[in-house]
Amino acid sequence: MKRAGIVRPKTLPNIVQHKDQRPAPVMAAVFAALGDDTRLVIISKLQDGADHSISKLTEGLSLTRQGVSRHLRVLEEARLVRRHRVGRETRYHLEVEALERARHYLAHVSAQWDDAIERLTKHLEG
Amino acid sequence: MADADHDKITKTIELKVPIARVWRALTDHKEFGRWFQVELDQKFEPGEKSTGRMTYPGHEGAPWVVYVERMEPERLFSFRWFDSADGSPAQGDDQPALLVEFLLEKVPSGTRLTITESGFSALPQPRRIEVMRRNEEGWNSQAENLAQYCSA
Repeated sequence: MKRAGIVRPKTLPNIVQHKDQRPAPVMAAVFAALGDDTRLVIISKLQDGADHSISKLTEGLSLTRQGVSRHLRVLEEARLVRRHRVGRETRYHLEVEALERARHYLAHVSAQWDDAIERLTKHLEG
Repeated sequence: MADADHDKITKTIELKVPIARVWRALTDHKEFGRWFQVELDQKFEPGEKSTGRMTYPGHEGAPWVVYVERMEPERLFSFRWFDSADGSPAQGDDQPALLVEFLLEKVPSGTRLTITESGFSALPQPRRIEVMRRNEEGWNSQAENLAQYCSA
């Protein structure tokens, strides 16, 4: 762990395969996907862990089904959401791993800055 | 105070010293190096590259590379850096995507400093989280180093 107090290990171990052999979600895509208020609302609706139809997800949003559908596609591409069919209906659920990775990453960066700030404070205030 | 947005980290602290003092600690390359724990090769200059080596315990010698953006005296200091294990661009990285900003404001008690790191959504392939998830051990040893350092 580098960057003067914000340090990362120099050596990288081999790539760990996702348990079902798909490549891990690209984190930048996750952050980009999260960078939209509507998508954040959709995610919060999915956070109950249940499967939701598009109709359910559209409720309360001032968007058409198509609008919500577009957002869901972005979320799917970032592996934040997955779909499956139940009869004739498509249902969506949250893929917790990608979200957790994003949060874990940010928590890590946040902790690094906390350390740096502690050193700055000590340096200035004694 | 800390705030982690979905793609941005913001930290705000109030330092009980005058704004000029904080500005110097941030932008005088030698002083910056003392608290950030990096030995810098040259002064910070807007538009210029800053290079050096870590002096952080346990990671001495690791390279430091940042690209200074803005230096508005006693107001804003910012730079960009790469998100990678050694700070240098990896394959496919054209631009250092992450932006670090230090914003200073005078307050009655001294100085309010707001530090922001942003740009995660523009990273071609963020490495920190890969490194982080596969190096929990590394983090533990880092935490130990820090604890020892702080108690020294």
